Amino acid sequence: MPETSTPVPAPGLTRKDFVSDQMVRWCPGCGDFAILAQVQKVMPALGIPREKFVFISGIGCSSRFPYYMNTYGMHTIHGRAPTFATGLKCARPDLQVWVVTGDGDGLSIGGNHLLHALRRNVDLKILLFNNRIYGLTKGQASPTSELGKKTKSSPLGTIDRPINPLRFALAAEATFVARSIDTDVEHLSVILARGAQHKGSAFIEILQNCIVFNDGAFAAVEDRSTREDQALKLEHGKPMVFGKAKDRGLAFDGLKPELVTFEPGKPPPRLAVHDEKASSALAYMLTDLGAEFPTPVGIFRCIEEPTYESMMEEQIHSASEAGQTDIEKLIAGPETWEVK
Amino acid sequence: METASKPVQEIDAVTIRFAGDSGDGIQLTGGQFTTSTALAGNDLSTLPDFPAEIRAPAGTLPGVSGFQIHFSSRDILTPGDAPNVLVAMNPAALKANLKDLEAGGTVIVNTDAFTAQAFQKAGIASNPLEDGTLSGYRVLSIPLTTLTDNALKGKSLSRTQVDRCKNFFALGLMYWLYERPIESTLQWIQKKFKKSPEIADANTKALLAGHAYAETTEIFTHHYRVKKAPIAPGRYRNIVGNTATALGLVTASRLANRPLFYGSYPITPASDILHELSLHKGLAVRTFQAEDEIAAIGAAIGASFGGHLAVTGTSGPGVCLKSEAIGLAVTMELPLVILDIQRGGPSTGLPTKTEQADLLQAMFGRNGECPVAIVAAATPGDCFTMAIEACRIALKYMTPVFFLSDGYLGNGSEPWRLPKLSELPNLRVPNATDPKDFKPYKRDPETLARPWALPGTPGLEHRIGGLEKQDVTGNVNYEPDNHEHMVRLRAQKIAGIAKEIPPTEVLGPKKGKVLVVGWGSSYGAITAAVREFQAREEAVASIHLRHIHPFPPDLGDILSHYEKILVPELNLGQLLLLLRAKYAVPAVGLNKVKGQPFKISEIRDAITQLLEG
Repeated sequence: MPETSTPVPAPGLTRKDFVSDQMVRWCPGCGDFAILAQVQKVMPALGIPREKFVFISGIGCSSRFPYYMNTYGMHTIHGRAPTFATGLKCARPDLQVWVVTGDGDGLSIGGNHLLHALRRNVDLKILLFNNRIYGLTKGQASPTSELGKKTKSSPLGTIDRPINPLRFALAAEATFVARSIDTDVEHLSVILARGAQHKGSAFIEILQNCIVFNDGAFAAVEDRSTREDQALKLEHGKPMVFGKAKDRGLAFDGLKPELVTFEPGKPPPRLAVHDEKASSALAYMLTDLGAEFPTPVGIFRCIEEPTYESMMEEQIHSASEAGQTDIEKLIAGPETWEVK
Repeated sequence: METASKPVQEIDAVTIRFAGDSGDGIQLTGGQFTTSTALAGNDLSTLPDFPAEIRAPAGTLPGVSGFQIHFSSRDILTPGDAPNVLVAMNPAALKANLKDLEAGGTVIVNTDAFTAQAFQKAGIASNPLEDGTLSGYRVLSIPLTTLTDNALKGKSLSRTQVDRCKNFFALGLMYWLYERPIESTLQWIQKKFKKSPEIADANTKALLAGHAYAETTEIFTHHYRVKKAPIAPGRYRNIVGNTATALGLVTASRLANRPLFYGSYPITPASDILHELSLHKGLAVRTFQAEDEIAAIGAAIGASFGGHLAVTGTSGPGVCLKSEAIGLAVTMELPLVILDIQRGGPSTGLPTKTEQADLLQAMFGRNGECPVAIVAAATPGDCFTMAIEACRIALKYMTPVFFLSDGYLGNGSEPWRLPKLSELPNLRVPNATDPKDFKPYKRDPETLARPWALPGTPGLEHRIGGLEKQDVTGNVNYEPDNHEHMVRLRAQKIAGIAKEIPPTEVLGPKKGKVLVVGWGSSYGAITAAVREFQAREEAVASIHLRHIHPFPPDLGDILSHYEKILVPELNLGQLLLLLRAKYAVPAVGLNKVKGQPFKISEIRDAITQLLEG
């Protein structure tokens, strides 16, 4: 991965150190298992002592996540995880704080908090498990459900236009925006590690299969046999190439995306080259190319901006340097008088 | 300042109300008069009354802003029932406030503002200076605008700038009339308008001109002297309730040796606490203006998990939004202080007016059995003490604590003796550090508090959440017996706080005919009324509850010693309900919901009725 120094693994930590003693209670075959396993695998390599990790979640299937991590954790209330995480990170910048949320938790009831965590650039690692359905409440339409989706709460089909999570994050000026797939363990672990190393709000949408209420929502990219043809893996500084044979690519004719076919291994120069630091307009276009195009995954945008908590620390530091530290003077206020 | 050329009349006390357009600088004038009065050594109490609108159309009734000050050579407790003097800067201010003035009181009006156009804006048919409206009062008609204009002749100021100086002219006049020292305001002007010397100069000139005018004009035949009040020795400042609350929190943070985290969303009348705290970053105060009320408390709970002294502040509508998160803090058993600076409700209600109608919301306004501790401040200065007490309980018992104040306390002010840090309680509590036998819900046998294990502590990694937890281990648990056990434990923990509440102070005879039980900002009016009866040796006593949940342990016993119990509240009987429910006493309420504090006379009348009935 470019421009990130390789962290020194925390001494002696392995994946097992991050496995809690609680029984994992997701449905058999749920995509969440694969995500949990990858997160537990990535942790030891980050070079951070275990006690410095905190996982914070809201409500929903994904939000059970903290119970299964042998770290500090908070399972909070619906949609509000970013608020607890923001307070904790501001109070304790020494901690690495992760937020685990879902499409309902993060984009419906908690949409406002997600927006503000991202626009403030609080140094949080936010994983949004997107399965396009409400699972824990047993199968209602979610804000990412496709238009016309028939569910228990929308027997005639939804009439709500869906939110694209990445576009939401980009519009909030998130400094790190990525997408990965629950079943693509290699890709997921790379993206998780990059997100962990990013200084600032890292937003990672993980396409996740709900085997009970929305099975196959992302079948084309989940399935090993079709994934290479259906997913375009974005890599910084490299042409946008995909396909099992690496014989297809993406070009832009102005603002219009185009599919280009070429001899394997010989991408033509007109292929688009991915740039994580480009204006968010490129990232925005990539988030949804249209049905005839592959689904881009990877890091759409990664830029450096000061974090919220570092600016807060800076203000506290400069105020105390300026000597505004005398509490008795503060209590006395601007004017006092003596009564004898 | 030499003021002795006219005769002086000595008086015990006076209540003055300044009223004008919200753009007239009424609050500023009142604030300056307050500082000067404090420096003169009087006891005092103030009540600002401003409109909900920032700048309602000039000259209209909704745009009227008021500031009342009661000062005395004796110990006083309220801003005064009815003003003796009304300073009305325009017809709307006169119309809105005249009904409160005592019979035969003094009205000082700016005659320049009494124009046909102004009458129309204020909805007045004829000139009240001429139509007999003011026949029962002593009217001092002064062309304030013209006089200010004359005083500032030759200055290159715009019409508006000159007009804005007229409140200083009026202030100078009032300073002379009541023998107030003028120096503090002169200094304040220099400081405030440091960047625009012309404005500083104009205001100074207007202030001095007003003073000189009062001294020379024949309108004022004499001026008044209010002697120094016998106040307990010490160093004093004037303090506004919201400032006292903020300073109490900063002090608690020092006493607990933990940084303060304050999460808040702007809301009247609590915002000033956020403003005050955001000035004190040098004392490791982290203020977080959140995206909404929920985020404000969420962030505070997150900071609490991280080991900070965490506080969120709001008013009633904000408490509604925070309810679910308060429940989470109750079950997570994390220290948290929730400030509710109450205002008139329901819904948006009367944002700038006072009320005490959130007590039951604080007590019960959550799903499930969800007990929290509740404390309430009695006076502006007491906000400091009770903010510290709220923090003490939160930290020691690992629980959310409600701190109840209200718009009247929050914006009102009084002289306040500076506390000595060494006399304040030690708020330090330990963090868990020992991984041996660590269990997140293993309780202290004395307080029933669970250990506070901060992220970053090796070996204490644990998860807490909103789901029911197994006793001791804190693991998710849905077993029926465990749930009932945990529900009872949480209630027992809060009930146990009572053990530490000091004996309730009874003002008056230990047994008798009537006991008045108050809480919150009605302290002044209740105490003043009860003292009147006691001066006549009637068997009337009062107690003022500062701990409301749990109640002080001696409360039931005290209640049993009186024939009748009166509970005055600015609601329809909320403390009354709790007292009746817990102690099955035949208490009666005195209830008022007008957005205004109690008058002493209202309490007096209710006590008289009980004595006679």
